[in-house]
Amino acid sequence: VTQTIEEPDTDTGLDGSGPPVESSPTPLAIVVRVAAAVAVPVAAFVVLTASLDLLRDQQANRLMIAGLAILIGVGGVFALFWAADTFVSWLPRRIRQSVRPYVFVGPALVVLAVFLIYPVINTVLISLKDAQSQDWVGLDNYEFVFTDTSMLRSIRNTAGWIVIVPLVAVTIGLVFATLADRLRRGEAVAKSLIFLPMAISFVGAAVTFRLIYGYRPEGFGSNVGLLNGIWMGLGNDPVAWLSQKPWNNLLLMVIMIWMQTGFAMVVLSAAIKAIPDEIIEAARIDGASELQVFRRITVPSILPTIVVVTTYMVINALKVFDIVFVVGNAENNGTEVIAERMIRWFFLSNHDGRGAAIAVVLFVAVIPVMFWNVRRFREQELTR
Amino acid sequence: MSVTTPVPPPDYTPDTTDDERSAAPPPSGEVGEGRAGWFVRIAIVIVVLVWIIPAAGVLVTSFRDADAANTTGWWTVLGNPFNGEWTLENYRQALDAGGFQDAFLNSLAVAIPATIMPITIAAFAAYAFSWMDFRGRHVMFVLVVGLMVVPLQMALIPILRLYVGGAEIGGLRVFPDLDLNGTFLGVWLAHTGFGLPLATYLLRNYIGSLPSSIIESAKIDGADHFTIFWRLIVPLSVPALAAFAIFQFLWVWNDLLVAYVFLGGTRDSRVVTIALANLVGSRGQDWHLLTSAAFITMSLPLAVFFSLQRYFVRGLTAGSVKG
Repeated sequence: VTQTIEEPDTDTGLDGSGPPVESSPTPLAIVVRVAAAVAVPVAAFVVLTASLDLLRDQQANRLMIAGLAILIGVGGVFALFWAADTFVSWLPRRIRQSVRPYVFVGPALVVLAVFLIYPVINTVLISLKDAQSQDWVGLDNYEFVFTDTSMLRSIRNTAGWIVIVPLVAVTIGLVFATLADRLRRGEAVAKSLIFLPMAISFVGAAVTFRLIYGYRPEGFGSNVGLLNGIWMGLGNDPVAWLSQKPWNNLLLMVIMIWMQTGFAMVVLSAAIKAIPDEIIEAARIDGASELQVFRRITVPSILPTIVVVTTYMVINALKVFDIVFVVGNAENNGTEVIAERMIRWFFLSNHDGRGAAIAVVLFVAVIPVMFWNVRRFREQELTR
Repeated sequence: MSVTTPVPPPDYTPDTTDDERSAAPPPSGEVGEGRAGWFVRIAIVIVVLVWIIPAAGVLVTSFRDADAANTTGWWTVLGNPFNGEWTLENYRQALDAGGFQDAFLNSLAVAIPATIMPITIAAFAAYAFSWMDFRGRHVMFVLVVGLMVVPLQMALIPILRLYVGGAEIGGLRVFPDLDLNGTFLGVWLAHTGFGLPLATYLLRNYIGSLPSSIIESAKIDGADHFTIFWRLIVPLSVPALAAFAIFQFLWVWNDLLVAYVFLGGTRDSRVVTIALANLVGSRGQDWHLLTSAAFITMSLPLAVFFSLQRYFVRGLTAGSVKG
């Protein structure tokens, strides 16, 4: 149970011995205080609005706009808290005490209500309406989600993503972390290089891998993709790798594995280092082989961490969108995934209902993973 | 990540070389600590090579002139590195004609406030959840954490509606039409909303674990909550704040979806990820341009990542490892 602190009694003397100075303020003083309290946030709001209008001006210099935007965004949020707190400080003390906590949590709750709670309810409602969100259509959109061939393919592909990506990434990460742990030097460099793709955007990664999977048909220039370079070096004809169903799905998953293995490796590496040396040493003295140490000691010891990392990756893979979207041509190549379908239906095919229904399906799919994760986490806390 | 606890691991840093463990390397072949046989070393080198080849390809191609980049594979350079095909022209072209200069500025204007805003709001909320007493404290906290399950995709459509037309319930206007679509503020707020549950959760755990004695004594000295928060809590929470800041910054900078939906793909307002995605669509076969643009996009996150890696790793591993 966390200890809380009472509202400090700033109106008493600093020695804390005297009676409250603020015995009974005159009504006029209260009015002045409240007026001032209202004026500050209003002034802050007016200034913010005026400067935001300036940001809408598309003709202005980009550098100036960017600089101003950063100033306003960073300063604005702090100014709002400060103004609200100042406002509360001018209120009569009894009210002040009960209002101040809401100044601190209020913005978070408002933002969450507008950006997460409202959307969930609204998306569910939209998913029951037609393309323009005009008329109710019952469960038609859901019927579409579970009958359309392209949608079914996207569900099947997503299932592949959430199994294969975490499995491969965690396995490579675990083995690499175990092996790198034995290096006397160079461990940090090796780990940094594996970790590096974490910092790159999915779009950047997609471009990076276009350079590997690149293909140009006969007469459209030479093939500069690495994979075709190797393939042709072996005496074969160039292949349009990203059109090879269903293997192109695996090629796209490789991109995500490339990006996420570093994360698994770093977290698992920290867990491996936390295993007490004595246990491993004792096993070795008893004649256990390195493989036995790995299977019987390392893996069981860090199992909770493996679970956390795997869950995180499952959720990421479930929501994968950018890679498939940027590589493009998902429908022809049979590489659709759920999140990509949702964006396509809502923004490119302008069918709100279907887009929303796909989003709801995605939401429902995430819940069990999170639920399982939270339960495991609580078990872990109890046994700690 | 969503269920990590805040306990910072004692002193794990990614670049400790583990000296004490390998202090006395046994002769090779013998079973013991700190040894790595040839097999292990070769395996590690192979994995590392496989991992850096894609990025190396981008880097090398981005400095080759257009002709060379589009007719021969980048690996041919390795055999003949001084054939005079190196150039900076690709970067000049991407920055000016490709519009990546503006896109880079837009990305900065999106990413920096979209990092600071959720952290500030979450830190204030985390402080209140930890150190202030008010009705509904626990329920609110559980609600905030529970919202981590909402996938970003689900929120896009309703928020876009809210930005474009406001909201009405039974003819009563409950959310004004602020015309936020295509504005920086719209993107900042969206990123703030999506980043807030995790931020509040992580910071609440960290701030809640600070010793109560220092906060009590500040209170006795007459400090009010705002002062305690600003002068005491924020400086003490720098490790947690930094870890989340890096995480959020990389996330926002690398984001395509939120920027695509709320800021759009026009030349004036687009961020680097959108500019790059557009370039793939329009000039997908111009490797010299594509790679230099990709590298411009990656430059800042890579710099942030390498300079602050220590904090980042500490944040990632926080709590997922039993200290």
